[in-house]
This record gives sequence, C-alpha cells and structure tokens, in this order.
Amino acid sequence: MGQIKLESVTKSFGPVEVIPPLDLTIEDGEFTVFVGPSGCGKSTLLRLIAGLEDITSGKISIDGQDATHVPPAKRGLAMVFQSYALYPHMSVRKNIAFPMKMAGVPVEEQNRRIEAAAAALNLTDYLDRRPGQLSGGQRQRVAIGRAIVREPGAFLFDEPLSNLDAALRVGMRLEISELHKRLKTTMIYVTHDQVEAMTMADKIVVLQAGVIEQVGSPLELYRAPRNVFVAGFIGSPKMNLLTGPEAAKHNAHTIGTRPEHIAISQTEGTWSGTIGVSEHLGSDTFFHVKCDGFDDPLTVRAGGEVALKYGDKVFLTPDLTQLHRFDAQGLRIA
Amino acid sequence: MARAVTPQRKALNTAIAWGIGLLIFFPILWTILTSFKTEAQAISDPPVFLFFDWTLENYSVVQERSDYMRFLWNSVIIAGGSTILGIIIAIPAAWSMAFVPSKRTKDILLWMLSTKMLPAVGVLYPIYLIFIRMGILDTRMGLVVVLMLINLPIIVWMLYTYFREIPGEILEAARMDGASLKEEILYVLTPMAMPGIASTLLLNIILAWNEAFWTLNLTAAKAAPLTAFIASYSSPEGLFYAKLSAASTMAIAPILILGWFSQKQLVSGLTFGAVK
Amino acid sequence: MATQHSRSAARIMMAPAVILLLGWMLVPLLMTLWFSFKKYLPLRGGDLGWVGFDNYVRFISSSSFWPSIQATLIIVGGVLAITIIFGVLLAILLNQPMWGQGIVRILVIAPFFVMPTVSALVWKNMFMDPVNGLFAHLWKFFGAEPISWLSEASLQSIILIVSWQWLPFATLILLTAIQSLDSEQLEAAEMDGASPLSRFGYITLPHLSRAITVVLLIQTIFLLSIFAEIFVTTQGAFGTKTLTYLIYQRVLESQNVGLGSAGGVYAIILANIVAIFLMRIVGKNLDA
Repeated sequence: MGQIKLESVTKSFGPVEVIPPLDLTIEDGEFTVFVGPSGCGKSTLLRLIAGLEDITSGKISIDGQDATHVPPAKRGLAMVFQSYALYPHMSVRKNIAFPMKMAGVPVEEQNRRIEAAAAALNLTDYLDRRPGQLSGGQRQRVAIGRAIVREPGAFLFDEPLSNLDAALRVGMRLEISELHKRLKTTMIYVTHDQVEAMTMADKIVVLQAGVIEQVGSPLELYRAPRNVFVAGFIGSPKMNLLTGPEAAKHNAHTIGTRPEHIAISQTEGTWSGTIGVSEHLGSDTFFHVKCDGFDDPLTVRAGGEVALKYGDKVFLTPDLTQLHRFDAQGLRIA
Repeated sequence: MARAVTPQRKALNTAIAWGIGLLIFFPILWTILTSFKTEAQAISDPPVFLFFDWTLENYSVVQERSDYMRFLWNSVIIAGGSTILGIIIAIPAAWSMAFVPSKRTKDILLWMLSTKMLPAVGVLYPIYLIFIRMGILDTRMGLVVVLMLINLPIIVWMLYTYFREIPGEILEAARMDGASLKEEILYVLTPMAMPGIASTLLLNIILAWNEAFWTLNLTAAKAAPLTAFIASYSSPEGLFYAKLSAASTMAIAPILILGWFSQKQLVSGLTFGAVK
Repeated sequence: MATQHSRSAARIMMAPAVILLLGWMLVPLLMTLWFSFKKYLPLRGGDLGWVGFDNYVRFISSSSFWPSIQATLIIVGGVLAITIIFGVLLAILLNQPMWGQGIVRILVIAPFFVMPTVSALVWKNMFMDPVNGLFAHLWKFFGAEPISWLSEASLQSIILIVSWQWLPFATLILLTAIQSLDSEQLEAAEMDGASPLSRFGYITLPHLSRAITVVLLIQTIFLLSIFAEIFVTTQGAFGTKTLTYLIYQRVLESQNVGLGSAGGVYAIILANIVAIFLMRIVGKNLDA
C-alpha cells in the first residue's frame, strides 16, 4: 500500500527546467531519503509527488494507479511540512482531527484515532492547547500526529527537523525511525543533512540540480559513491579529494580517501605535512593537515587522545584498499 | 533600549504634548460641551466653558425634529453593507493574489488602486444618470454599491497585505488534509486572518461612514445618511448652536469610538502597506 | 508555485472584483468622454449634438477656470505644507517619553474620524462666525475687531479646516515611520558625535522621506477632490471655487453636462499625473 513510481517526470518553472526527465521507484514500506544541497530540486520533487505542484510532463503512479492528475487530497498521502504548518487557531486536538473531519470520519472513530496518536506521540496532556503554547519538538509531533491519523499510503516529510535545535533533532530522528519500524508505511523524507540521510534511510536518493546522482542504501553510497559529487556529499567529515600527479599515480583523474581511512604517524608514511587546526571531539580528533605538494589540507581522523598539536610534522598513509578513483568526467572507476 | 529620561524633561514633554493634544481636540470637545448647553448659553458672551446648566434637551429636540434614527440607520446600512459586501468580494480576490501570484498580480493590484484615484466629480453625471435609469437614486442599495466600489481597492489591498503574512504551507497542509478550496478559505484562511479582516472592516466602515461626496449627491430624503443630516444644518438652523452640536455629536460619536479601536491598523491600511 | 488547478481557481476567484472595478472605471469614464464632446443641457433641450473640442476650449477660457485652478493649488499646497511640517514636529513630540502618551495620541487622531460635513459646519458656525464664533470672542477679548473669516479670509479658513482634518493622518503615518527607525542607528550617530540637530537632519529626516512622500501623494489625491468642506461653508463663493467645485456647479447646478464633463476630463488628467508618482512608490514596495 504505498509504492510510488515516477516515470520521465519533468518540471519547469517557465523556461527554467528544475527537474530534467527523472525515473524513480519507491517500494512499499521503504524509508527513502531525498538528499542534496539546497536548490537541488528535492523539495520540488516531494511537492510533485504530493500534488502541490503540477508535473510538466511524465507520469506519477501510486500503487499502480496513475495519479498524475489526481488532486493532493485524493492521493492518500500525508505531509509534514518544514514549518509544521499547524493551524494556529485550532487546539492540538482539532489540528489532528482536521484531516478526518474533511474526510467525514465519524466522531467516535476520530476520537479513537486522536487518543491513539496522542498516546504514541506523548501528546495526551497537550490536546487542548494551541500550537503557539507548544515547544518546537511538540509542534513537530503534532504535525506527525496529524499525518498519522489519516492512515496514509505514504508519509512525506519536507525537512521536518531543520527548525529544531541540535539535541532535539537527534531525538526526533530516532522517533521518526521508530515510527517507521512500527507502522511499516512508506516514508519519503527530504533533507539537506547527510547525517539524517545516513542514519534514517533504507534508500538514499542523492540529487543535484534536479538530477539523481545515485540511488542506494546508506552503506552502498558510503562504500561506492558513483561519482565525485556523491563522494564529497556522503560521509562526515567530507572525503578528501585529490587531483593532479598524486591521482595520476593511481591511473585516475581524481582520487578520494575518507578521513577515517588515513593513518597518521610522527615517524613515517606516504605523505608528509604539518598539522593545522585540530578539532577535538573527545571520542575522535580531526586534524587538518597541510601536506607538501597539495593545495588543500587533508582531513584525518585519529583517536581522541592523540597528542599532536599545531605545527607538528606528521606523515600520512592512505588505506589503498579504501581508495576511490574517478575519471575526468568525475565517474567512479571500478 | 531607551535610556532613563530626567523627570523634568518628561514633565516638559508631557505638558507640551497634552497642550497640543487638547488644542487639536478642542473643536470636538467644544462641540460636545455645547451640545449640553441651552441655546442662550451656547452663544453667551463671554462663552461659558464648564459652568452652565447641563441639559439633554437638545438631543431630544434634534431627535424629534429631524428623525435622527432614520439617518443613523441609513448610515449603518450603507457603511456596514458596503463594507461587508466588499469584503465578501475581496476575500477570494486577495486569496488569489496572495497565494497564487502570477506575473500580472502586481499590475492588477496597482490598477485596482488607480481606480481609487479617479476624481469622483469627473464621473458624477454618468453615475447620476445611471442611477436615475436604474431607479436607484436615493436608495440605500445604490449607495451600498457605490461605496463598495469606491472602497473595494482598499479592501483588496488590506486583505492582500494581511494574507501575505500567512505562510502558504498552512494552506497547502489543509489541501493535503483533504480540504476543498472553499473549506480551505472558510476553515483555515479566514479564521487565521480574522484580526486582519476585522481591522479592514473597521477602517472601511469609517471611510464609508464619513464619505461625503456621493452620499450628498446621490441621496435626497429617503436614503440620506448622517453626512446629509448634518449638511442640512448648514442653512439657518445652523444658528442654533446647541442643537447643531447635539446633532454633530450624535453623528460622529459612533465612528469616533470605532476609530480609536482601529488606530493601529489605520496606517498600513491608508498607505496601502507603503508605510508600516 | 502552484498547480494548474489552483491557478484557474485563482482566476475565477479574482474575476468578480476585477470585473466590477473594470465596469466602475470604464463605463462612467467613457460616458464622461462622450458627453464632453457634446452640447448637452438636460433641462434646456437635452442632447444638442456634437461640438468637438468646443467644451474643452470653453471650460478653459471661462473666467472661472484659472481662479479655480489657483484656488485649488493654494488650498492643496497650503494644507500639504501645514500638515507635513506640523505632522513631522508632532510625530517627533509624540515619540518622546511622556505620561499619558496613549491618550494624547487619541486626542490628536480624533479629528480624522469626524465626518467632513460636521467639521466644516462646526468650524463655520461655532468658531468662525463673526458674531457668536469663539474666534470673535477671542478677538474681542484682546480688543480687536472680529473678522468675518469665511468671506474676508476665505481660503485661509478653508485651509485651516482641512488641515485640522488631515493633520492627524500625516502625524499618525509619520509617527509610525519614526517608530520603525532603528534606535541603534541613532545611538551609533550619537557615538560618532552627532548633535541632536544633525541626528535629526542626517538620520531621522532621510528615514522619514519615504513616509513624507506617501503622505504627500495620498493627501494630494484626496485634497484635489475636497467637496463637502466647500459645499457646507462658502458654496464656492469668495474665491474658494476649486476645480472640483467648479465642475460640480457646471454639471449639477447649471446642468451644463457637456461643459462639466470636459472639466471632469481635465480633473481626471490632473489626478492621474499625481497618481503615477504614487503608484511608482507603492509598486516598488510590492517587490520588496
């Protein structure tokens, strides 16, 4: 109950083509994350699926039914907006009831579902408050509650955590993942934060300029980024990308090595350099090392207690089994 | 972050401001006071300010002689009717412009504003003629329509300004939740914009209440509102100051009270959002 | 940012307002244009045929035309000068810390809510009457000869009445603009060593320029068509016949519709010249 299929879908705003022909299938029950830098078209894509925007050409089907010209309300999808879009003049209870009221669900059934959703989302004590009296996290849960009670074929999330502070964001991330495990409903989640994508997704869709750069599970994307863009986008801190003679040694235009795949030593190694800024996280330390002969500093992960400081001479050795090679077009060399 | 001001400075400000405020308000105050005097006291030389025999007689005389209630009722119907009708027509238009803007939205808004600039006197005769032909000269219905049309641009503009402050996502959420366009406007937009709609209502009632070109020229006996009621005192009857004052007080009191409530919204309404 | 469906809904929902206003604008406008090229005397023979630009020439060459333009300009200019100068001063005053600010504000705004016929009548009889008016008492108190205001100083009197009505409008808008001035700017200037006077000249006044322009334009449009104040006080006598009032007399009093319509076209052109400037400012604000 919630397979969504896009076939040659395009979207133009006037002469500007935001989404060139795009094909994508989201399987029933899958947690799919659209990720990409801002302006990559991920939110537009979500709005096309929701029906809040018309597609310029192509076909969208939901559960095998052509939904291209079906109005948003009739697509059986629920959406959680970035600003939560709660109705400020209605109590939490009325907010959650609104979609059921529109659908003509009997009042007893409405109340049953509201109570169930409120219990699941820890909102029982707040049902008679107005959204303005709630904290950011609570508003977020009301928005989710409003989506749940519709029992939709799929949930659409448009950057739902971007208005929350960092600590709350981690908590909500877990709650949404938990919700997905429990409901087993298809979820499409848009974010610019690759950490959210990696931690929550069954399937990640990396987008850039309206084009799908790669589709795959988080680990697939981590292990085998299909091109330089995905390589640089997935993983934190970013993968180190090198061009020029160093890449040529490996028969590639660009080589990439992740900070966690470089060994650091004070005595010997492949590349020599000087420690610049170091970021101590406690569990790990990230060193920015200026290497001789490279333009940009390399980021290297080391243990939390490594005693190196600004200006120290060090040697770096990349793990060659984890080296990513890309050709002049930026595509992965197998 | 205002700094502390010396009490002397504040006292001086207060004295000057109150002095000027009372000076500006004085004509209204004087009118109200005179309305409680006898005709003899109203023109006594030197004038009496507060120490006179307060009487309500003028009010009852004015009421009896000129049927104040009928004019008041006409004013209420004309000002209220034209404003409510205008708002009903303007809400959907303002919704369109605020939430589904197109390249022409700005042009349409400015054009609507430009109709407001048409000098009334330039089209007086055509309107007069149309009114006669349609048999709506000196009817409340005719004036409701004309004042609605005069104020429609302001109503659309004010509502548009208020609607633009409502995030589109909320209306989209309603659409996702299965609301039809009508339900979206009725259950979500209108309640959310209530403060804005209320101030639009208030300001336009004031403007329609005080409108004194069309109400004077398109009415005679039947549909004349308070503007015409007062204008009728410009002839010899105006020499009865106490009665003139009582009539004036009755004509301006309702709107003075409404106006004080709406002063905050007045600015953005009257400047079409150009000054906030 | 919307679907085809909502765009077509938007067009339908906009239609009533647009069609009504279009009709309200075009029908009378075209009729006025039509009449302006005719000799049309409803009470003396009705439609007496086309006369080309005759009405336009006659309207301008009539002995009342230039005096009416002069009266219009003096009234509009006088009221604008008074309301803007005193409006700025009052706005600054009201922005100072004081006791009972809210009440003073209400006192100052009140005249705006008084209907034009009332204010004209109250001023005419209770203040400007040469026998029983308050001004007459005041003059006598100081031993001066009371003035018959509306005949001896007719334009000044009308300017006074209209300024009293519009001063609250100017003050209110300028006060709002002053309050939107970021106080940090003023503090920065103070740190930079600017005196109160130069702070006013270099920061407050430039900040107000836009609000002043808006007041100027909106008031001009309303002032060009003031009617009730003259209708109630002088009926256009003693040199107070403005363009609006002249046209009104031609159309309704002397029932010369053709001539009046030609005058109406002039008034429309005049108002549009002002309107263009106002629209530019408002339009710019729309993009922001």
